[in-house]
Amino acid sequence: MTSVYTMDEPDERNRLDAMAQGVIGKPLDRLEGPLKVSGKATYAAEYRIPNCVEGVLVTATIARGQVTAIDDEAVLQMPGVIAVLSDDRMTARAAQGGAGKSPVRKVRDVQYYGQPVALVVAKTFEQARHAAKHLRIRYREEPDPLVDPEDERATFEPFEDPTVQGDLDQAMDAAAHAVDVVYTTEGHNSAAMEPHASIAEWDGKTLTLHSSLQMLRFNRKELADALGLDADNVRLASPYVGGGFGSKLGISPEGAAASVAAITLKRPVRVVLLRQQVFQCIMRRSETRQRLRLAADAEGRLIGFGHEAWVSNLPEEEFAEPVLQASEFLYPGDDRKLDLEVTRIHRVTAGSVRAPGEAVGMQALEGAMDELALAMEIDPVELRLRNIPERHPTLDIPYSSRKLEECLRKGAERFDWDGADRTPCKKREGDWWIGTGMATATRVHNLNKAEARVTFRADGSVEVASDMTDIGTGTYTVLQQIAAEMLGVDPGRVEVHLGDTDFPPGSGSGGSWGAASTGSAVFQACEGIRSKLAAKLGCAEDELTLKDGHAVTGNRRIAIADLLGDEALTEHARFKPGKITEAFAAAMYGAFFAEVAVNVYSGEVRVRRFTGAFSMGRVLNAKTATSQCMGGMVWGIGSALTEELAFDQRDGHIVNPDLAEYHVPVNLDVPHLDVLLVEERDPAGSPLQAKGVGELGICGAAGAIANAIHHACGVRVRSFPITPDKVLAGLPEV
Amino acid sequence: MKGFDYSRAEAVTHAAEQAREGARLIAGGTNLLDLMKLEIERPDALVDINRLELGGIERTEGGLRIGALVSNSACAADERIRRDYPILARAILAGATFQLRNKATTGGNLCQRTRCYYFYNRDQPCNKREPGTGCGAIGGVNRIHAILGASEACIATYPGDMAVALAALDASVEVSGRDGSARMIPVRAFHRLPGDHPERDNVLEAGEVITAVVLPEPVGGTQIYRKVRDRSSYAFALVSVACVIAMEEGRIGRASLAFGGLAHKPWHDPGVEELLVGNEPSDALFDKAADVLLAEAKGQGANDFKIPMTRRVLKGVLREATGRAV
Ligand SMILES: Cc1cc2nc3c(=O)[nH]c(=O)nc-3n(C[C@H](O)[C@H](O)[C@H](O)COP(=O)(O)OP(=O)(O)OC[C@H]3O[C@@H](n4cnc5c(N)ncnc54)[C@H](O)[C@@H]3O)c2cc1C
Ligand code: SF4
Repeated sequence: MTSVYTMDEPDERNRLDAMAQGVIGKPLDRLEGPLKVSGKATYAAEYRIPNCVEGVLVTATIARGQVTAIDDEAVLQMPGVIAVLSDDRMTARAAQGGAGKSPVRKVRDVQYYGQPVALVVAKTFEQARHAAKHLRIRYREEPDPLVDPEDERATFEPFEDPTVQGDLDQAMDAAAHAVDVVYTTEGHNSAAMEPHASIAEWDGKTLTLHSSLQMLRFNRKELADALGLDADNVRLASPYVGGGFGSKLGISPEGAAASVAAITLKRPVRVVLLRQQVFQCIMRRSETRQRLRLAADAEGRLIGFGHEAWVSNLPEEEFAEPVLQASEFLYPGDDRKLDLEVTRIHRVTAGSVRAPGEAVGMQALEGAMDELALAMEIDPVELRLRNIPERHPTLDIPYSSRKLEECLRKGAERFDWDGADRTPCKKREGDWWIGTGMATATRVHNLNKAEARVTFRADGSVEVASDMTDIGTGTYTVLQQIAAEMLGVDPGRVEVHLGDTDFPPGSGSGGSWGAASTGSAVFQACEGIRSKLAAKLGCAEDELTLKDGHAVTGNRRIAIADLLGDEALTEHARFKPGKITEAFAAAMYGAFFAEVAVNVYSGEVRVRRFTGAFSMGRVLNAKTATSQCMGGMVWGIGSALTEELAFDQRDGHIVNPDLAEYHVPVNLDVPHLDVLLVEERDPAGSPLQAKGVGELGICGAAGAIANAIHHACGVRVRSFPITPDKVLAGLPEV
Repeated sequence: MKGFDYSRAEAVTHAAEQAREGARLIAGGTNLLDLMKLEIERPDALVDINRLELGGIERTEGGLRIGALVSNSACAADERIRRDYPILARAILAGATFQLRNKATTGGNLCQRTRCYYFYNRDQPCNKREPGTGCGAIGGVNRIHAILGASEACIATYPGDMAVALAALDASVEVSGRDGSARMIPVRAFHRLPGDHPERDNVLEAGEVITAVVLPEPVGGTQIYRKVRDRSSYAFALVSVACVIAMEEGRIGRASLAFGGLAHKPWHDPGVEELLVGNEPSDALFDKAADVLLAEAKGQGANDFKIPMTRRVLKGVLREATGRAV
C-alpha cells in the first residue's frame, strides 16, 4: 500500500529536529564518492555488453531545409560499417524538462544547424565516427533562414500574459530616482563533464536504456512515445550521472537513436555524443535582452518596477527562458510591468540550463539595482534592505520563511563589506584596479511529486529505493541521512538505490527540487515505518525514539532486529505538493559579495574574493549544500566573465562548440569561495523544512561581479559576459 | 579518424625519408591527434619521432640547443633557461595546461596549427584546411583573428606562445632535410604570412624534420612575456607581447619585441625596435612605438579591439621594462 502526503499547509512539526540519531545536516562525505574517484561507478557509456556496436550521429550542416537524400552506399562500404539509419522514431531535438512526451522527431526536416539527421552504426567507435563524417546528405535548403534574434525580421510575441499593475511610465516620471537600462546576456551551454550517452538493449519486447538522464519518470514516457512503445516496456537506468545542469532533464537525441538502432539491428547499440554535438544538438540557454526600469522614492523604496525580456527558441518549443521569475516576487513597486517575449529562430533548442530564469534575470536585475544605489549614493546593501516587500507584490500572498535580511547582513559582515563610499577607481594595486560589489541571490522554490520505497530489513539495515537520480549533487547521501535520522540507524546501515525505473518514480533532479521532493517521500515512508514500529510497541508514534538501531519508549529499549523479528517492514510513500504551492511565495535567498581586480591596460578581470551567504531552509548535508553553492558561484563567474555561445550569423552554427573555445572558468579563475549557510527551517518548504539548493549559488552571482568591476574601474558593462574587450572600451587612456 | 599506417623512426634521416607527402610526424600528439579525430588532418601515415635522440638541452658556443623532443614542461623548468632566457620559460608556462605541457614538445609547439573556429569545422569553408573553398572567418565570427599581415584568403592567427618568446630572443630552428642536410631557419622567418597559400603555416618543406631550437647568447635585460586572454589559464592569447629590453645610462640600449595573437606568425617589426633604441623612455616614445607597430593594422569587426588592446598592453610592458611603471 502506498501512503500519500499531500502538502496543503506548512508542516510545523519539525520532525527531523525531534529525532535522535543526529545525522541530519551533518557534512557527511558523498557515499558514492570513493566509487567515482576510483573509477568503479559505472556511467552510461561504460557498460560492457556483449555484441554491442557503436553509433555516431550525423548532424545537419544547414539551418533550415529538407533532407532530400542520404547517399549511404559509399559509407556502407567503409570498414566496419553496419547500417545508416534515418528513421522517424529518432528525435531531432532534446525533450524539454518534464515534457513526458517525445520531442520533435522529424529528423529529415531540418530546423537548426547541428540537428541530428542520421545515425551511422559500425563495429567500433572510430569506424562509426569516420563514416559519420563522410556520409553525404543532400538538402533542399531554404534560403535565408532566421537564425539571429537581432535580425530585423525577428518578431517577438508575449510568451505568457504580462504582469501589468498601475502605470509604470507614470511611476518613472514621478520617481525621485530612476534607472532605465538594457542588459544583455549570451547563450550558455550546460557543459556537463559526461557527454550525453546511451546504450540500448532490445529483447523483442522490452527496451532497456543505460543513459545519462535527470528525470527518469518523465524520460521513460518520452522515449516510449518516440518509439511507439508502451512505457511499461521501457526501462531506464541512470545510477550515475556525470553532471546534468538541465541538459539531461529530457531525453536527448542519442537515446532514441540508440534505441531505434537496437530494435532495427536486434543487438545492443551504444551512442555517445561527441563534445561538439553536446553543444550543437542538446540545449542552449537562450540569449536575453532585458530592459529594467526601477523607480524609487526619495528614501530608495521602489514605487515602480519594470522588467521586460526578449528571448528566443525554435518553432514549436513550449519553453522560454523564464527571465522574470525572481522579478515577480523579489522587490516591491505598485506600478509594475513584467513582460517576457520570445522570437522563433533556427538555433538549437533553448531549454533549461541550471537555474533557468534567475541565472540571467538576476544578474541583470542586480546590476540595475547597483546603478540605482549609485544614483542615490547609498550603500547597495541598504537599498536591498529597504526593498523587502511585506507580501507578494502581485499575488498578495505571504512569503514563506525568508532570511534575505540575515543573508545580506551576515554576508556583508563576513566579507567586511564597506558600502559607504561607492566611488569607482579609488583603489589601485600595481596595474590593477580593485573594487567590490554585491548582489542579492534568490531562486524560486519548486516541489515535484515523488515516490520512494523504504524497507527496514529484518537485520536492522535499511534500504531506500526510488528512480530519483543523483547527478553529482549528493542525493544518495542526503536520502541516506534522512532515512538514518528517521529510523535511528547509522547512515552506513542505509543502502540507497537510485536511477532505475524499476524503482518507484521519484521527482528526478531538476529545478533544485530533488532533495526536498524525493526526500519528503523518503521521510513519509519512514514515518509509516515508525508508526508500524510504534504499533508493535503499543505506543504512539511520537513517543517512539529510534537511535543506534534501538527503539526506545518510556523505559523500554529494544534492538530493532528483535522488534522486527524475521519480518522486514516496507513502506511505499508518495509525496505530492498540494495547495501549499499557491499559498506562499516560497524561495531561497542569499547575498553575494565579490572583490575583483581589473587590469588597467588590458581590461582583464580577476575575481579575488567571493563570499556568498545563503538560506535554503533546513540544510540536509552541510557539505553537499556548500558544494552546490560553490558550484553555483563558479557558474556565476563564468556567466559574468567568459561563457558565451558564439553563433555564426549567416547559418546559425555554433562556432565554439568545445571546451577549448567555450570558456568555462578554470581553477585559476576561481578564488577561494567563501560560503556561509544561514540556519533556517521553512515549514512551507517541505515536510523536511528544507528547500532547494542546487541553483541558488548562480542566481545573481554575476551581478555582484559586474558591480565590482564598476566599482573597481568605473566601467559599467551591461553586456555579459564581460570580456576584456568590453571593459577596455570604457577604460581611461593609459 | 581516417585509418593510417604507423611507423617509428629510429633516426632523423629515417623520419625525413618516411615523411612523404600525406604523412605526418607525430611528437606529443596534443595538437595532431585532436585534428585527426576531427579529420582536419587526415594523414595516411604517422611517423612517430619520439624515439629519436632529440630530448636534451645542450650548451652551444654562447647559447643553448633545445632538442625538438624536449617537452614544454622540461624546457620551462630548465635552470639555464629560467636564468638566462626567463621570457621563454614564462611564455611556455602561459600556454595550455600542465598536462598538455608535459606531453607537448618543442618541435610540435612550433608547428601547432591555428585555432580559427572555421578551420576546426569541416563543414565550413576554409582556405587553410581546403584551399579554394573560401574563408569562413571573413564575415563570420572573427574575434580571435589577425589584425596584421592577413590576406584575402585567410585572416587566421598563429596561436602559440613559445614561438613569440623565441622570436623576441631571435632564436633559430634547426632543420634536417631528407638528404640529411641541416639548415637553420630564424624563428622570425619560420612561420609565414598567409598570402595566397594559407594552407602553409611555415616554411618547412616536405621531409624536413625539426631537430632543435637554438638560442643565441643570453641577452640579459628585462624580459617580460605578457599574455592577455579571456580566462586566467587554458586559453589562447588575444594579444601577447614578448619584450626584452636592456637599459644603458638611462636610455634604451637594446630592445627586442615580438607579438602574439596579431598575425599568422609571431609578429616582429624591426621598425619598433629601431624607434626605441637609443632613446630615453617616455610615454610619448611608447605611443610612437605603438603607432609604428599598428600603422597597417586592420580589424575585421569583432577583433577591432585588438588594436587598442595591443597599444595599451605594449605601453604597459614598455613602462615596466624600462622601469617607468606607474
Ligand atoms: C586545449 C589546448 C589549449 C592549448 N593552449 C595553448 C596556449 O595557450 N598556448 C600555446 O602556445 N599552446 C597551447 N596549446 C597547444 C600546445 O602547445 C600544442 O598542442 C603543443 O605544443 C604541440 O606539441 P606536440 O608535441 O604535442 O605536437 P604534435 O601534436 O605531435 O604535432 C603538431 C604538429 O607538429 C608537427 N611536428 C611535431 N614535431 C615535429 C618535428 N620535430 N619536426 C617537424 N614537424 C613536427 C607534427 O607533424 C604536427 O603537424 C594548447 C593545446 C590544447 C589542446
Ligand atoms: S581565417 Fe584562415 S583558417 Fe580561418 S577560415 Fe579563413 S582561411 Fe580558414
